[in-house]
Amino acid sequence: MRNAEPMKERPGAAPAEPTAFALELPSDLRLIDTAITYLVTRCREYHFAGSRLTLNFRVGVAEALANAMIYGNGRDPSKRVRVEVELDPQRINVRVVDQGKGFDFTELRDPTLPEHLEATGGRGLFLIRSLMDEVDFNECGNCIRLTLYREKQQRPLAS
Amino acid sequence: MSFQTSKQDGVVVVDVDGQLIVGNRQELKQKVLDELEGGERKFLIDFSNTGYIDSSGLGVLVSLSKKIREQGGELRLANLNEDLRTLFELTKLDTLFNIADTREAALSGF
Repeated sequence: MRNAEPMKERPGAAPAEPTAFALELPSDLRLIDTAITYLVTRCREYHFAGSRLTLNFRVGVAEALANAMIYGNGRDPSKRVRVEVELDPQRINVRVVDQGKGFDFTELRDPTLPEHLEATGGRGLFLIRSLMDEVDFNECGNCIRLTLYREKQQRPLAS
Repeated sequence: MSFQTSKQDGVVVVDVDGQLIVGNRQELKQKVLDELEGGERKFLIDFSNTGYIDSSGLGVLVSLSKKIREQGGELRLANLNEDLRTLFELTKLDTLFNIADTREAALSGF
């Protein structure tokens, strides 16, 4: 796992200056937790906290990494996943890019419907969309961009 | 990250220490299935020391619950923190599982 040098901690108010860094991981599912732990530490240093960080960010980004490794890179350990993070006082932006041919993100099934409740899969993308404030994909589907605001946003009526 | 199993009041109790995610879910699944094959029917998974669960972890819990029920047994969950409760509510899996606030509460009605 490669990364930039750690940012200096600034106690007190949230840092005003945006910062950015990136990680590259081989497609090894066992590395996801290590990567998430590192990302959460960086966000904490930037004064993000609470369940927005421990639930929304952790689970949302972990799902995106798993999708990139499993569906994007086909679990091929020689293929890498790049994670680009931008932090500013209002939001966390994460781009997860894999080396696959793309994934069909338009297929949506509601896993909370009674007929799907006992399905063993099909909750990953649902969780990403539910936990992150903004979710976008590039055209070919090998890049997902996630945005999480420091404060909970009002959801638009249409999604 | 690890899964410790113990036996309490005739119930197999599994403590999830760390995360239950795509990288380690098979380990939990195998441990529980081994106990099920060995004749155990009552299972409790205790999340006191759990950080987060992803969709794969939730999938394993659903899968285990079904397999245990097919054998006439039951899987219960206990000690979900606020984040985990929210996750179960979001996915409506709180309606599928028997979730107790404490280990003692889960064990008492088994």
